[in-house]
Amino acid sequence: MVRFEHVGLSYAVPGRERPASVLHDLSFNIPEGGFRWLLGPSGAGKTSMLRLMYLAARPSEGTLTLLGTEIARAGRRQLPGLRRRIGVVFQDFRLLPHLSAFDNVALPLRIGGRPEGQIRADVAEMLRWVGLAGKLESPPETLSGGEQQRVAIARAVIARPRLLLADEPTGNLDEAQAERLMRLLHELVRLGTTVVVATHNEALVARHAAPALRLDHGRLVAHG
Amino acid sequence: MGASSRMAKANLRPAGFDDLGLQRALSDRLLPFLVAAMAFLAALALAGSVAAAALARHWQEGAEAVLTVQVPDPSSPSARPGASRLAQVLTLLRADPAVATARPLSQADLDQLLRPWLGAAAGRLALPLPAVIAVHLATPDAPLAALSASLETAAPGTQVESHGVWVRRLAALARSLQACAAVALLVVAAVAVAVVAVATHAGIAARREAIEIVHGLGASDGYMAARFAGRATRLAAIGGAAGALAALPVLLTLAGLAAPFGDLNAPSQATGAFQPGGLPALLWLALPLLPAIAAAIGYLTAQVTVRSWLRRLP
Repeated sequence: MVRFEHVGLSYAVPGRERPASVLHDLSFNIPEGGFRWLLGPSGAGKTSMLRLMYLAARPSEGTLTLLGTEIARAGRRQLPGLRRRIGVVFQDFRLLPHLSAFDNVALPLRIGGRPEGQIRADVAEMLRWVGLAGKLESPPETLSGGEQQRVAIARAVIARPRLLLADEPTGNLDEAQAERLMRLLHELVRLGTTVVVATHNEALVARHAAPALRLDHGRLVAHG
Repeated sequence: MGASSRMAKANLRPAGFDDLGLQRALSDRLLPFLVAAMAFLAALALAGSVAAAALARHWQEGAEAVLTVQVPDPSSPSARPGASRLAQVLTLLRADPAVATARPLSQADLDQLLRPWLGAAAGRLALPLPAVIAVHLATPDAPLAALSASLETAAPGTQVESHGVWVRRLAALARSLQACAAVALLVVAAVAVAVVAVATHAGIAARREAIEIVHGLGASDGYMAARFAGRATRLAAIGGAAGALAALPVLLTLAGLAAPFGDLNAPSQATGAFQPGGLPALLWLALPLLPAIAAAIGYLTAQVTVRSWLRRLP
């Protein structure tokens, strides 16, 4: 489902002759329906690894295989379809400010070409589930941080992704909401979705024991 | 607002759902205004081209087949006994198969021709004037050498003046004007492409974050290019329509001013029947096409601009 084989990631830095290397020789495998915590201190490379997995960057070296597709061999036309099978909860939410909560959550379905008649009920149900039934038409700027995070979570899972990536998804949630989110993630795993959650919340990790990928200085220092 | 009404409203996907926020990013004022200016100039250039073409045809068809024959001492006897020089020349002209009509100008016609130079007294002057015969040839390129020689024999001193040289020069001038108008149209189209491209780039810059988010959600290049192209098409079409409408009264005024200077509005012109207002039928057809052409430029330019920019995304 997700396979890293000696994957490295480097960025070109203006004014520097050599690119900056942020990930080094990462090798691991996450089976379909697997759950992994992604742990490590700030700057360890967690976000860079997630960027590789949601196709915002391509490996500089090694082989990355996502949902059965080897990314280096995938043509540009294949990538949008692959991205539609990946849900992402960003740390900074990345909601579209000119759209309502409803339209933000509906966006993946509309991009995927889902008929409008099927979208209404699903989106309304999802927003109700995350506790925002009364804020369907609210633009993000009128929502609190926690509410925006719940909209971002709803948008990430509305299309039933095969791979769900979350970067600090509980950062703006209270404990009850965080537990509710974890129940949703476990339910998705039960349905076959592969889930990777990057977090600093050690208490949450302790309450929900699961295999973890631990990064430090761009290297995988523990897996399991 | 109650929950049910909120739901009802949310259930309605807005017409032209604007996921990239282009209604604000692609201004509905500047782009239509600039495209309207381009359409206005295109209409003028088009009118210039059509007018030049009509002039060229008018000169070629009307004047190229015309000769002026001057017969000095028209009343004197000719080489043929019993006939004046004028009568003999007219007989020869009318017998020639290359000649369609030969009409001697009346004294009133001659007075009219001389009035600009000699004033109102032209008709009362005792100048020995030649007779002037207006000849229309059956075909513009009829051979004239033999005809000139026979007229010279019948009435020595008779001069045959063909208008062909001047007509060819004027026709060349008209064709040059047409070429200039065509170049002007191309320049206007190129500027319109540049205007739409710049506006699209500005829209991309204003919505870069939204584009990246939608791209990350799995939108294809075609999906996003279609959003920009749809907006650019609408704005360009509005601008094209405004420019064409603004040009219409100007063209009608110009047609009205030009009408006394020639028979360009005659139904017999090769452009076909001329329509109300004095504009050629071709212009009446072309003006409504300007918004469609502007829309096509908007669509294609936005598509190419957005797709080429999107290639920088992973």
